Amino acid sequence: MKRIAVLIAGLAAASPGNSQELKIGFLAPMTGIFAQIGKDMENGFQMYIDEQKGNFAGAKVTFIVEDEEGKPPVGVRKAEKLARQDNVHLLVGGLLASTGYAIAPVSNRVKTVYVLSIAAADDLTQRDLKQYPYIVRTSWTSSQPHHPLGKWACENGFKTVSAIAADYAFGHEVLGGFQKTFEDCGGKVIQKIWPPLGTKDFGPYIPTIKRDADAIFSLMVGPMALQFPKQLQEAGIKKPVIGGGTSYDEFVLPSMGDEVLGHVSALQYSAAIDTPKNREFVRKYREKYGKVPSYYSESNYTTAQMIHEVMKQTKGKWPGPEKFIQMITQLKLDTPRGPVRFDDMRNPIQNIYIKKVEKKKLHGFDKDELWNTVIHTYPEVSQFFTYKKEEFLKQPVYSRDFPPCKHCN
Amino acid sequence: MKRIWILLSVLALAAAVAPFTGPFVILLLAQILVLGIIAMSVDLLLGYTGLPSLGQAAYLGVGAYLTAILATKLGFGLGWDFWLVVLMGMAAGAATAAFFGLFAIRASGVYFLMITLALGMCVWGLAYRWNSLTGGDNGINMRGRPKFGIELANDLTFFYVVLGLFIASFFALHLLVSSPFGKSLVGIRERELRMRILGYNTWLHKYIAFVIAGGFGGLAGVLWAHLNGIVSPVDVLLPASVDALLMVVLGGPGTLVGGLIGATVVVFLREYLATMVQWWQYVLGAVYVLTILYLPGGIMGLFKGGKA
Amino acid sequence: MDAQFWVIQAFNGLSYGALLFLLASGLTLIFGVMRIVNLAHGSYFLLGGYVALSVIWTTGSWLLALPVAALVLAAIGMMMERFFLRPLGFDPLRQVLLTIGFAFLFQQAALDIWGGDNLIIQPPPALSASVVVGGLHLPVYRIFMIALACAIGLALWFAMERTRIGAIVRATVDDAEMARGIGIDTSKVSMFIFALGAFLAALGGVIGGAFLGIYPGLDFEVLPVAFAVVIIGGMGSLAGAAIGSMLVGLADNFGKALFPEIAYFSLYAPMVLILAMKPTGLLGRE
Repeated sequence: MKRIAVLIAGLAAASPGNSQELKIGFLAPMTGIFAQIGKDMENGFQMYIDEQKGNFAGAKVTFIVEDEEGKPPVGVRKAEKLARQDNVHLLVGGLLASTGYAIAPVSNRVKTVYVLSIAAADDLTQRDLKQYPYIVRTSWTSSQPHHPLGKWACENGFKTVSAIAADYAFGHEVLGGFQKTFEDCGGKVIQKIWPPLGTKDFGPYIPTIKRDADAIFSLMVGPMALQFPKQLQEAGIKKPVIGGGTSYDEFVLPSMGDEVLGHVSALQYSAAIDTPKNREFVRKYREKYGKVPSYYSESNYTTAQMIHEVMKQTKGKWPGPEKFIQMITQLKLDTPRGPVRFDDMRNPIQNIYIKKVEKKKLHGFDKDELWNTVIHTYPEVSQFFTYKKEEFLKQPVYSRDFPPCKHCN
Repeated sequence: MKRIWILLSVLALAAAVAPFTGPFVILLLAQILVLGIIAMSVDLLLGYTGLPSLGQAAYLGVGAYLTAILATKLGFGLGWDFWLVVLMGMAAGAATAAFFGLFAIRASGVYFLMITLALGMCVWGLAYRWNSLTGGDNGINMRGRPKFGIELANDLTFFYVVLGLFIASFFALHLLVSSPFGKSLVGIRERELRMRILGYNTWLHKYIAFVIAGGFGGLAGVLWAHLNGIVSPVDVLLPASVDALLMVVLGGPGTLVGGLIGATVVVFLREYLATMVQWWQYVLGAVYVLTILYLPGGIMGLFKGGKA
Repeated sequence: MDAQFWVIQAFNGLSYGALLFLLASGLTLIFGVMRIVNLAHGSYFLLGGYVALSVIWTTGSWLLALPVAALVLAAIGMMMERFFLRPLGFDPLRQVLLTIGFAFLFQQAALDIWGGDNLIIQPPPALSASVVVGGLHLPVYRIFMIALACAIGLALWFAMERTRIGAIVRATVDDAEMARGIGIDTSKVSMFIFALGAFLAALGGVIGGAFLGIYPGLDFEVLPVAFAVVIIGGMGSLAGAAIGSMLVGLADNFGKALFPEIAYFSLYAPMVLILAMKPTGLLGRE
């Protein structure tokens, strides 16, 4: 009997079911062109851990960061390493949609929770969700903020829009979301221009923008976001610009100039959200890391917070992957981005902020800087917006050709 | 011959030790073997024929995408038909090389380098833009590995299958380079003009070598798709081709085995050292630079003694 | 598509071509003299931009950043040739592979020193305006790029054709062995040209930094474009670099504007075709 007891005790100790420890495996690009974004992601998560002094309701947190290099196969290998060699309780992170798609099946193979804290690919929590019982998303879908943006644009007097968006899945889904609500409300997208991802010289594209459009919709990422507004201004185009979530996010905003004043965009986060919780978050982050937090940082900070909340309910004991998913999707939290809860497809329901770039002093900092001032809030926006889930899922995923450009000629 | 015995014993050792290492290490070993196959194909071109190709990733891509498309769109290749896909992958790689070769073989030296680079980037462009077929930048997600009596989903089993295919590839290539055809390739590398004067159709020789290299690239692609479970344009980008070239130069061009050694070094640095330190890329760059400067025969050059 | 459209597109294409000329001229000269393709050329471009940023951050002067960045990179180029390329002797293949190794090292070093944020080099306000000519808004900066490229092109041409140093370089390009035979120290020529190439690339990086931005990965992004120009124009020919950059700049611009579908191939497909027909490019020689 004694032998069996020892054996059982041994097995219990070996499996990651210890009430004392919580091992989190974090995947982000640490080298390559997205290295800085990966750093922002890591810093956001790390800051929350430091605030809790490495202790989530009694569980000691071990935070292991692995470099996925912005390449899906590397993401797969590192995820496998974290799950099988380091025996982490959960995997968090992944930047690109392709990485998200690559790691999701790994979560099935190793039966480990995978929390998508950034990767926005729509279908992971829509048409593909059933295949991946171990994933949960704490960030956003590409089209989520752009549904309300389309409605906002239409209701604020813009009737025709000329769109220019980075030519890859994320760009397609962002524009798709905008176009659907904009046109359902009566607006018309009269042109779609798709510069390749990484375009820096918009010389070929800007002169083709239709002169009679009321506004320009632009989805830019990274270096594209810096160049497009400048070149637009240099070409003398003074039209109003409505942007996708990453076009003016705080990751690029500090490097921008006066050319972006007045530009509008939509996202579930802005560093300019004027709540005490966000103010404190921005101040502490800036003090610790020397820059204003971007949504990459906030999303991971909030993810850490959500994990902590689950651990509070289990009193520091890891509940196992299925129960964890169940518990995290039942959370209702107040976070720097506002109130967040989950829909039944394991994606957040949250505020979407329509924001405008302004130059001013905010949060007690003493210099005039560029901020994304919130000019309108759409509360409780899910990935389906005002559409019924079943109807929405019947249509194909947003792509280059969907919704089709009926008003382009 | 001695080299072959050493290689086989090393591989046998790896095969024996594998079950006792962690699952992460098994996948790394499998990765080394798959990359070893494509490195050998690069070696056939660079080491034996004297053609430096910066576009071999294109054939890996062709094989990988073919595998992924067949598996996800047609449900084909997940049972015994896996072996058919292996053959189809090789055929696809060879066919692509046959087409590209028509453009590339006219050039040599650095011009060859440039044109293979451009061809590789054309394949990337296709993979990226042909959304409906290739999934664009999202890539294609494989649902699971094949099962035919044995379950390739089991990493150890998969490793043994890859090992088997690697050994088969090695022997096939070894036979090739030891044959009169292989010897004439070396002759072309050394003094193409003389070979032509002697009556050899050097263009045809180079072309055939190029096609064969493409075929093995395709094979590596099939295995690559199953190894990672996802195929995306990143697999055909320029750095992937550069890596293959790097492995051959590091290991020792003209040895076939060198490709495997180089793959081991690169994978070890990229995937293993990277999990432990931040500065691994300096090590990689330095190893590369030092090898080129002081070890013209690569690591294998250390063992060869007198041979240049 | 009215006349304005064509004029603006041509203007944009030429300004992009101007930047390409800065990149390609160095690359083609290096090839002409040393018969190697410097795969670290993109790194020189990027490092030039980073060094310029450091200069601007410490001194606030954009004007100073230009020569400092170019000279720093020239020094680096000189050292790379002297201590790493020259010992390899005349082995173009290994030299090319060596430059790849350095490209990796430079990339990591840049990331460690300057971080990974996307940065922009802000030109002085004088150059940031737009002039209105005949109803068209022409950014002054683009005009500046075209002017600078022309000036440099002329200076290089003059140096090559009318000075003694230029004659020495041309002799080495024509026939290195003969040049050595008449007493020319070709290794010094190589070092000088390599440094010059780095100088020009770095200058391109500073100029391009306002236009393309400065960020990790830019090095490997500009490299294929530089190749395309050099290949199309002809390796080793300065005139070829000038023509090639204009052609690529215009073709790229018009291609993207008129046929956006083929944007990914507009660079590589012509490169393949030209190489297939004339491996040495339009104006190059064996």
